[in-house]
Amino acid sequence: MTPLSFEWQWNVEYAIFFGLLYLALSIIGGTLTFVGIKTALQLMGLLRERHF
Amino acid sequence: MESTLIHQEPKRCSTRTFFLWTLPWILILGWGGLSAFLCLWKGLNQTNMSNIFAFALWIVFDLGVIALGAGAFFTGFLTYIIGKKELKSIINAAVIIGFICYSGAMAMLGIDIGQPLRGWFIFWHANIHSMLVEVSFCITCYLSVLTIEFLPIILENKKLEEIRGLRLFGHNLHEAMAIFAATGTFLSFFHQGSLGGMFGVMHARPFAARGGFYIWPWTFFLFVLSAIAAGPCFTILCTKLTEKLTRKKLVPDDAIQSLAKISGWLLSIYMILKIADTLGWIYGILPKAGLRLMDCYKEGPYGIWMLITEIIICGIIPAIILMIPKARKKMPWLITASILNCIGILINRFVFIIVSLAIPVMPFDRFWSYVPTWQEWGVGLAIIAYGIIVFSVSYRYLPVFPKERELNMA
Amino acid sequence: MEKEHDHTRHRYGMVIDLDKCTGCGTCMVACAAENNVSVRPDESDKERSITWMQLYKITNGKEFPESEVCYFPRPCMQCEEDGNGGKHSPCVSVCVATATEIDHETGIVSQIYTRCIGCRYCQAACPYHARFFNWWDTYFPKGKGLERYLSPEVSVRMRGVVEKCTFCHHRYMRAKTKAYAEGRKTLEEGEYITACAEACPAQAITFGDLNNPDHAVSKLIKSPYAFRLLERLNTKPKVYYLSKRDWVRKKADNFLPGEFKPVFKVKG
Repeated sequence: MTPLSFEWQWNVEYAIFFGLLYLALSIIGGTLTFVGIKTALQLMGLLRERHF
Repeated sequence: MESTLIHQEPKRCSTRTFFLWTLPWILILGWGGLSAFLCLWKGLNQTNMSNIFAFALWIVFDLGVIALGAGAFFTGFLTYIIGKKELKSIINAAVIIGFICYSGAMAMLGIDIGQPLRGWFIFWHANIHSMLVEVSFCITCYLSVLTIEFLPIILENKKLEEIRGLRLFGHNLHEAMAIFAATGTFLSFFHQGSLGGMFGVMHARPFAARGGFYIWPWTFFLFVLSAIAAGPCFTILCTKLTEKLTRKKLVPDDAIQSLAKISGWLLSIYMILKIADTLGWIYGILPKAGLRLMDCYKEGPYGIWMLITEIIICGIIPAIILMIPKARKKMPWLITASILNCIGILINRFVFIIVSLAIPVMPFDRFWSYVPTWQEWGVGLAIIAYGIIVFSVSYRYLPVFPKERELNMA
Repeated sequence: MEKEHDHTRHRYGMVIDLDKCTGCGTCMVACAAENNVSVRPDESDKERSITWMQLYKITNGKEFPESEVCYFPRPCMQCEEDGNGGKHSPCVSVCVATATEIDHETGIVSQIYTRCIGCRYCQAACPYHARFFNWWDTYFPKGKGLERYLSPEVSVRMRGVVEKCTFCHHRYMRAKTKAYAEGRKTLEEGEYITACAEACPAQAITFGDLNNPDHAVSKLIKSPYAFRLLERLNTKPKVYYLSKRDWVRKKADNFLPGEFKPVFKVKG
């Protein structure tokens, strides 16, 4: 899963597979972090909240 | 006290009635819990799986619920990416059904492997050439996406909404939903496909093996298509069942009709490709391995009727019903077509898992039979009970159907 | 003079003469004893018992006096390809945790028991039923002295993992160590053979390097009577069989009507 596991190989197949995996994970993680920070800023009154 | 958790309008049943409704499902869950405990404690000898039937009832349940749960990613894709506004009234239900199906399947897989404590090896020591690795990675990631999609619905609970931080977080999460829906679609596409690929790449098993494009056998694409054709129908069935049980109209007809129409189109395309694939298999793969079609259906209870039922009765017929606007607008026809569609996909998964393994490849090998034990049924049925409980609890405490109030005001 | 061949890349293989096999089952016993194969108090459940080397009984399906019987020993075929041109056996390419590998130095398909998670996908992918799952914890009857006969060279397997014939890989390691101690780089023919080949009283099993033209196996597989099990699936097994009986060769694979060609002319 990472270059630390011994069966890791530096080749195109690994690059595509894990590239896409880590891309998906970072999109999920990044968006979650963004939402978290946005909420925190709104709670602190630094960012206007939208009313529903 | 419970009333503080429930929105005043529209009305929910009494605590007592709700408890009595969930009681049988809790008992089944208990049965499943005991079975799971026995399997983890004593080992998989508690099942009737064998060296012949390495995959059995649990994998059928797994692939079945995952295919039926495809309504979540596909409805999400249609709602947030394509922008079909009418589906907003059903997307919550689709997400919850998806979450139930995927979390249930994951729990079951945890028991199904011989060394559950080594489950993480799939990720850490991943053999990226194995379709099952792709499945595991995508299912795990997609389950986290589904959890994120489920979260704003949970945070809309009456009591939780009073907490400003949680309310804001829920709203902000909801605003970013398109990103999660897109990621979920990508992940789901690949694992639905890889589940099919798993069987298509068993090149030494002519019954399951298929040719394909690059590294993906045709079953990869067929499984994706069949899942997105049957998933929306399963969402329709669950919604209609909830409407029946609660005696309320929950989803406007335009959302149901929209899903049914899309399902009909997809099922038709799937059927054309499935028939082409089956012909390719009969005239290509099988003769190359020295087999004729009827050689695959000569032993045991698995006759040619399975293929006929899957393609004609549970494929072409529901596709025709769903394609005709007049027919799919009539409730009995819509329900019949949806049920047939779902049964068709379950037969397809069953055939690829059980029949593939049951048919001996060596000419002198004998046909073995398999009957699941009560422990296997326990774990399998527990997933259904778990699903019903989660969906009931969600319906009771969360605004699952946003149009419910509007539809029941008159 | 030694003929030229690559000394670093072997393809160990086996030739089993079915016309010599009497079906005595010594190969099965030798294999189980050599490899510490766990037993069951009741071994009658053949779907779940572990027999790396399994003996099948096949018949020509005719009535007496034409009826004939042949015993068909089936170790792991140590396939070289996955049936689709991929340079892995069908089981190796599907293993999720890289717990089984094909060693391109020897051609042996290994199984790492401590790595296997027991998903059993490899069992589903193998058409030969050569892979066995440990449905129970490993067991050797107490008080019968069996545990004293366990081989220290082979690890016993835990519950929940898959195991299979390894062509007695530990014997290869032992032979290599011996050769190294004697200052040799290569193994002589017969220095490394499997337990089943050594035990067979009818000498029906020949073992050697298929890459080495001097080895008996390389010569035997050139016979017109040589064939492999389910050869049409293109898994390229390294276990070959010999039989002069047409019906036996026909039983080893699936044929459409009229496809099977009996051997007519044989030189010598």
